[in-house]
Amino acid sequence: MTATQDRPAAEIGKDRRRKEDQRLITGRTRWTDNMTLPGMLHLAMVRSPFAHASITSIDVDAAKASANVVAVLTGKDFGDELGVCINAWPITPDQKTPAHSPMPADRVAFAGEVVAVVVARSAAAARDAAELVDVEYDELPAVVGIKKALEDSVLAHPDLGTNKSALWIFDSSEAGTGGDVEGAIEEARANGIVIEREYRQQRLIPAFMEPRSVVVDPTGEQITMWSATQIPHILRFALAATTGVPESKIRVIAPDVGGGFGGKLQTTPEEWIAWAVARRLSKPVKYTETRSESLMAAHHGRDQVQTLTLAADKDGKVTGFKVHLDADLGAYIAIVGGGVPVLGAFMFNAIYKFPSYRFECQTVLTNTTFTDAYRGAGRPEATYAIERMMDELAAEVGVDPLEIRERNWITHEEFPFTTVAGLEYDTGNYEAATAKAKESFGYDELRREQAERRQRGDRVQLGIGVSTFTEMCGLAPSRVLGSLDYGAGGWEHASVRMTPLGKVEVVTGASAHGQGHETAFSQIVADRLGVPFEDVEVLHGDTQVAPKGLDTYGSRSLVVGGEALVRAVDKVIDKAKVLAAHLLEASEDDLEYTAGRFSVRGTDQGTTIQELATATFAGHDYPEGMELNLDADATYDPVNFNYPHGTHLCAMEVDTETGAVKMRKYTCCDDIGTIINPLIVAGQVHGGLVQGIAQALWEEAVYDESGTLVSGSFVDYLLPTSADTISFDVVHTDDPSICTTNTLGTKGVGEAGTIASTPAVVNAVVDAVRHLGVSDIQMPCTPERVWRAIHAGDGDAPTPGAAMPHFQEDSLNQDEGAGQ
Amino acid sequence: MIPAHFDYLAPTSVEEALAALGEHGDDAKIIAGGQSLLPVLRMRLNAPEVVIDLGGISSLRGIRDDGDAIVIGAMTTHHAVRDHDLVTEHALLLSKAAAEVADAQIRHRGTFGGALAHADPAGDLGAPALALDAQFVIAGPGGTRTVEAADFFVDLFETAIGDDEILTEVRVPKHTGWGAHYEKFVRVAHQWPIVAVAATVRGSIDEAKVGLTNMGSTPLRASATEQALAGASATEEGVRAAADLAAEGTNPPSDLNGASDYRQHLARVLTGRAVLKAAGS
Ligand SMILES: Cc1cc2nc3c(=O)[nH]c(=O)nc-3n(C[C@H](O)[C@H](O)[C@H](O)COP(=O)(O)OP(=O)(O)OC[C@H]3O[C@@H](n4cnc5c(N)ncnc54)[C@H](O)[C@@H]3O)c2cc1C
Repeated sequence: MTATQDRPAAEIGKDRRRKEDQRLITGRTRWTDNMTLPGMLHLAMVRSPFAHASITSIDVDAAKASANVVAVLTGKDFGDELGVCINAWPITPDQKTPAHSPMPADRVAFAGEVVAVVVARSAAAARDAAELVDVEYDELPAVVGIKKALEDSVLAHPDLGTNKSALWIFDSSEAGTGGDVEGAIEEARANGIVIEREYRQQRLIPAFMEPRSVVVDPTGEQITMWSATQIPHILRFALAATTGVPESKIRVIAPDVGGGFGGKLQTTPEEWIAWAVARRLSKPVKYTETRSESLMAAHHGRDQVQTLTLAADKDGKVTGFKVHLDADLGAYIAIVGGGVPVLGAFMFNAIYKFPSYRFECQTVLTNTTFTDAYRGAGRPEATYAIERMMDELAAEVGVDPLEIRERNWITHEEFPFTTVAGLEYDTGNYEAATAKAKESFGYDELRREQAERRQRGDRVQLGIGVSTFTEMCGLAPSRVLGSLDYGAGGWEHASVRMTPLGKVEVVTGASAHGQGHETAFSQIVADRLGVPFEDVEVLHGDTQVAPKGLDTYGSRSLVVGGEALVRAVDKVIDKAKVLAAHLLEASEDDLEYTAGRFSVRGTDQGTTIQELATATFAGHDYPEGMELNLDADATYDPVNFNYPHGTHLCAMEVDTETGAVKMRKYTCCDDIGTIINPLIVAGQVHGGLVQGIAQALWEEAVYDESGTLVSGSFVDYLLPTSADTISFDVVHTDDPSICTTNTLGTKGVGEAGTIASTPAVVNAVVDAVRHLGVSDIQMPCTPERVWRAIHAGDGDAPTPGAAMPHFQEDSLNQDEGAGQ
Repeated sequence: MIPAHFDYLAPTSVEEALAALGEHGDDAKIIAGGQSLLPVLRMRLNAPEVVIDLGGISSLRGIRDDGDAIVIGAMTTHHAVRDHDLVTEHALLLSKAAAEVADAQIRHRGTFGGALAHADPAGDLGAPALALDAQFVIAGPGGTRTVEAADFFVDLFETAIGDDEILTEVRVPKHTGWGAHYEKFVRVAHQWPIVAVAATVRGSIDEAKVGLTNMGSTPLRASATEQALAGASATEEGVRAAADLAAEGTNPPSDLNGASDYRQHLARVLTGRAVLKAAGS
């Protein structure tokens, strides 16, 4: 491997435009919904309008008689053939897990659950007939909201006897990673500072651009499923495991996929239904959800109540942090549903040296859409909690929020550092990131302006919010996952194939859905193998092409998948070296590999990797015992997570008369180790920031008491557009902390912006009005909440139920909720 | 999002359109820019058997000068209303409000008449039309009638237009030289207003007209404020005192974006701002 070490980095670090963008942006590509197969039938789902009800009867006669309808099927028609939706991460051995049928025959547990499927010759005919399916329900009491669920007076699943699914605990004194938090709190009550808060992580909807879509073709030797998914490999595994079809008979393809943000890290009821229908009818079928269906029935994210106790001495040095989460799973435990809040367990202590720590997570079941991963998954929630608390501590001590952080953070000399949650942070430099962010932000000047506005009693107040975050990414060391009872590993696989004319096909088990892997991975291979960027083709997302992999989520593709790729490339070079030595009639020890060429030291003799590829293809001359190819595979299991970090600073203006908030400036200085493509990184950071800011200010999935999703369209679920954001000031440290656990020194960046930005924004809003007696405002910080916080001192008014319609019509000639 | 099946008719004159409407009655629906109707059809909240498109009737498009009023054809797009010289000269308030409707794509499709006929209380054009004392020209089987703005808006999504009638044009009395401002309060840029205030003033201040958006089931006039402003000077203090009366007699909705009392508060604050901006101070 030493031969490859000092190659000039021509591609790595270059602002390459993404090669996938032309087709993705123009849409001239293979989205799942673009697939048309001979004889293909179309599905429409009939969904329950009720959050909780028994199904008393389903009359499908009228639907069956409708034009161009081939079949109408219900849960009863299938039985076991449907398979089940799996939970791959039972967080405790005694977790209460409700049975989750893709299409229940007897009882629905959330509004939007599928109760029947119409199969027709066109999507329009299927939709028309779906309106005619007559389902009779016996409504049952529904439980909505975490606090209600904890009471156990109304049960989401009566047969379970409780809504409480599992209680997961980490305690530093039991784990031996720190002291006893109760002792620290007691001591602080007597001689120090105790801050107690309850924060709400509202429910969010991933809202990817391409709705979910699935096509199943059962007519070949392998049954093929195309799906707009992040996880083709896990999907194949789960199909085999739950429907009894051998894996070798299943091919899953994730063609171009239009975003996921965790929302497509799921094995969905709709995929299972499409699978069962195709097999039953022996015909290809397609199902594409509408946006309304997507908002209602694709998994949601976040949704926690966080009860927090922070203990510190009088100077603001934290002595203990106790966290109790109540997390809403929704009606079922989705594939990694319960595990998402548990991922936060390791992150509440963030960049700080806390001597004691306790984390408890109680998961609860409710009659709402099931929740699961959403960009950041567990870490944004944790980061929000601790970064809000550090601002509260600073206010209590009466020092600048950056100062309080500095008193508690791990200094750069202290790495590697084992945290109170038991993780080993390899590298980091919080001082450098903070200094750079402060300078670029103009921190002191904005603080001066803030003071002036306060003094003047200006109608518009200015607030500055801080978030010094870290996160764990690169999911994940397989053994660690095993110790957490997760149902899979965290390795990644790559293959490098040399074509006869010297081009390179790279196969990765990661499954890009908009991130830019094709470009970044090509840059890595171009440098490492010494071939032109244009000669590298990155293949992924088809189990026939990329048979092994664990897909894309958790900021893992570069740091885990990229490392597998580096190792596969190095193996190619090692193999090629044997052939080169033979053809050059030189000793391997005399060969040098630079810029794609082996040369014999001290001579002008040499041969290129392309020539060697052709020589292998021809096979006319090669050493005895050499296997006749240069291709190589590598599987890489990470030895540790990695820990990007950064300092984010946000200035918000608050109109104290109306409560309206406006972003004035946002600076982030992220330290993510080596940067492969700064442009892609900037894109990830910008998009990530917007998603985190959106949680702080705009997005909220709201249910009414009966379990109807009130924010069921983009009229009420407020997604920001470019018109709502400002130009962010994105900088990086001059001397990044290179990751020590992968060859390229990279750290994940896919979720960083989302994890960091939410508390920065809320801290800024609260900071703007803290002098008016406000110490918290519930997310999203709507103008109304901000206004009420200022004028009545209560910033946690619940969002009222109903949304005013904009598309109302006089005659509603359809049963409520029958079809969307 | 596939609408139920419907037949599509494209008349080329108002008479033809009226005849089609007469023939199909309740089963028919008019489509103008489609920006409100198509979502309704796609979400299957309504399933008319026949959709009658006014897009091919050229007489319904355009803006003309008619003495003491300007006349805006029902099929004139928001974009065209915003930029038209006659509008900026004689009914500046409409130009300001049209600029605030949705986003550019929707402004190029959605129509002035369609928005007013749709009568969403959160729609941005009702309050300005009401404030400017617009007159609505409605064609029906028995001929044409004119309805004053005060009588046009009946309730949520309900206007004086009968089932067999078509809104053809809107006459807007000239408010030449009046200052104007439309103050729209939203959480994200492209959104219906939580509350908005349409203000137009003559001099500073001889006369003021103030319309409120989303403060009840129809657009409203802030009459008490208007009276208090007549002859007042355009000082911050004076205007704000008058604006404090803006929410009198209103009964705004409570929804995701704000409870009723918050909307009333907003109406007062925004009225002050709108009037001051309209008066150029
Ligand atoms: C995403 C989105 C955001 C929007 N945001 C806003 C906003 O911020 N502010 C705002 O004010 N509006 C907003 N709108 C609505 C937009 O202004 C529409 O243009 C307007 O409501 C309807 O105009 P239209 O020409 O598209 O009418 P259509 O949708 O074609 O028709 C609307 C209704 O009026 C009837 N109708 C239309 N023309 C006539 C006529 N001449 N005579 C009798 N009946 C008629 C139709 O039968 C139908 O019932 C938004 C729309 C969308 C889709």
